[in-house]
Amino acid sequence: MVQFSTEAKAIAEKIIRRYPEGKQKSALLPLLHLAQAEFDGWLSVETMDYVAELLSIKPIEVYEVASFYTMFNLQPVGRYLIEICQTSSCWACGAEDIIEYLEGKLQIKVGQTTPDGMFTLKTVECLGSCGTAPMFQIGDKFHENLTLEKVDGILETCKTENKRSRYC
Amino acid sequence: MLGMTKKLLLALDHIEGISKLDVYRQHGGYAVLQKALKATPESLVEEVKKSGLRGRGGAGFPTGMKWSFLAKPEGVPRYLVCNADESEPGTFKDRYLMERIPHLLIEGMIISSFALGANTSYIYVRGEYYYIIKILEKAIEEAYAAGLLGKNILGSGYDLNLYVQPGGGAYICGEETALLESLEGKRGNPRIKPPFPAVAGLWGCPTVVNNVETIAAVVPIIQMGGDEYAKIGIGKSTGTKLISASGHINKPGVYEIELGLPVEEFIYSEQYCGGIRNGKKMKAVVAGGSSVPILPTELILKTAAGEPRLMSYESLGDGGFATGTMLGSGGFIVYDEDTSIVKNLFTFARFYHHESCGQCSPCREGTGWMEKILHKFIDGHATLADIDLLWDVQSKIEGKTICPLGEAAAWPVAAAIRHFRHEFEAYVNNPAAIKQVKHYYRLNKLEVVNS
Ligand SMILES: Cc1cc2nc3c(=O)[nH]c(=O)nc-3n(C[C@H](O)[C@H](O)[C@H](O)COP(=O)(O)O)c2cc1C
Ligand code: SF4
Ligand code: FES
Repeated sequence: MVQFSTEAKAIAEKIIRRYPEGKQKSALLPLLHLAQAEFDGWLSVETMDYVAELLSIKPIEVYEVASFYTMFNLQPVGRYLIEICQTSSCWACGAEDIIEYLEGKLQIKVGQTTPDGMFTLKTVECLGSCGTAPMFQIGDKFHENLTLEKVDGILETCKTENKRSRYC
Repeated sequence: MLGMTKKLLLALDHIEGISKLDVYRQHGGYAVLQKALKATPESLVEEVKKSGLRGRGGAGFPTGMKWSFLAKPEGVPRYLVCNADESEPGTFKDRYLMERIPHLLIEGMIISSFALGANTSYIYVRGEYYYIIKILEKAIEEAYAAGLLGKNILGSGYDLNLYVQPGGGAYICGEETALLESLEGKRGNPRIKPPFPAVAGLWGCPTVVNNVETIAAVVPIIQMGGDEYAKIGIGKSTGTKLISASGHINKPGVYEIELGLPVEEFIYSEQYCGGIRNGKKMKAVVAGGSSVPILPTELILKTAAGEPRLMSYESLGDGGFATGTMLGSGGFIVYDEDTSIVKNLFTFARFYHHESCGQCSPCREGTGWMEKILHKFIDGHATLADIDLLWDVQSKIEGKTICPLGEAAAWPVAAAIRHFRHEFEAYVNNPAAIKQVKHYYRLNKLEVVNS
């Protein structure tokens, strides 16, 4: 059975207290972020059922929310989830070249994970970093004004640190 | 006049450590709150009304008027929710403001909550900005410790709790009723209006939703008084505005401008965008975020009547959609002469299709259809009839949906065809040329290989 660590449990309880009596469902998005960070960067059915139990809501209420928002991964992802923006400003400043380079370098296509489980490459829409395009996000970190050399350095750092990326 | 813009929001952004409470206070931070807590809530609403401030989230609705619509039934809590979802392509000003001067937003939240009679307020931040959420939470913690939040703020008897709420990655949650649904822990499906949030918002209670920049602007307004603020800017476009400048310019970034600045000066002066990069010519501009009509160079610099175009709600809107555009969120994207308008439009169409919540068929089906037709163009197998089909599809969305996302998806398509039809024709007539243009088309699905 999945279980939050004692630390995560304390955070979850604090989050639930942000809302008035009986409105604990409002904690769903923050708790899904927390759960995703706790359990390898994705949400299994078991994890979602656990969150439903914590909030005393029906599992379906969790599934329908988790499947609506793009930040929640319903399948396993690599230790580093690279989310590259492909919208107008980034596109106009060369995002396609970065995508092509990443695909070549990692030997995967967008949407795939490297065989060693290290990197997943995903395209996303505008991340509010248009003035520093092209850019991608890995966990909560924005990598901006990307060049091919910069990409090399970032991937190397990931491999050395080998710590799963997370948002929260 | 060059160099004369009065900075009201970003006056302190370059001061080292300004994100910390003590530094912010050393520079006068929270003095306006002190002043506000001695005034009556009604008089604060009155100052905001007099200021002429218009919502900075995109729609430009007068803030004071919105505040005065807030219902005040006895014994029912009221809420202020700050919209920090910022997902309109081309827009990144709220992120800049929150990252650099988080306490300005917090001070604005406390003053505004006091003015509206809210004792609990939320800042809803898009989930992708998690590092900003951490900055805000740290600043809020500092404010609690200093007695600026919580019970009996600065001895005034006023109580306020302030929380940050993360989104989950959905542009539609920037629409205020979708945002409220999301804050209630649901899918971000916009609600049918009426009732408006001012009557039935968060958990069915009266609620005001305002953009980050709008709430931050309340601080200088209360500081200088509404009448003084209204003297800044031009006509009904009062005050200053944060502009997110991106694309093919020499100096992309966030600029605070006085409304009324000539567009030409904004693009070419060294103080702002610094002109087009690599010595290229400008081809087109999206002036207010992805949803507003794109304009070719001649129409962005001058109105159809030949007047210089100004950065204001009225001047950018001059000529309606036939020859004008909108100030919108202030997401200013500049494209150089080498840019393919059709492919750029395709990135917008893909965006709106991805972000449609799917409740209304004209939007759900229309956005997908527009993306598909545009994909035919960039793939080199569109026909001239597809231009008319695209026009036809976009024309059937506006006014037929629950929320404005549908028309926000349609307007850029209409504008691109209106001003750049020849480019669509070139894509049909000269497929060989298209082969030289790189393009990618991908689905956003995750697929796991060997793991
Ligand atoms: C599809 C859609 C997306 C929106 N996104 C945002 C947003 O990211 N930030 C924002 O402040 N307003 C956004 N808005 C506008 C809000 O609905 C609302 O008008 C605004 O938050 C009100 O605040 P203001 O009056 O201070 O501008 C969006 C509207 C629509 C229809
Ligand atoms: S217009 Fe589109 S995004 Fe808005 S409610 Fe309808 S389907 Fe959803
Ligand atoms: S277009 Fe890429 S971050 Fe905005």
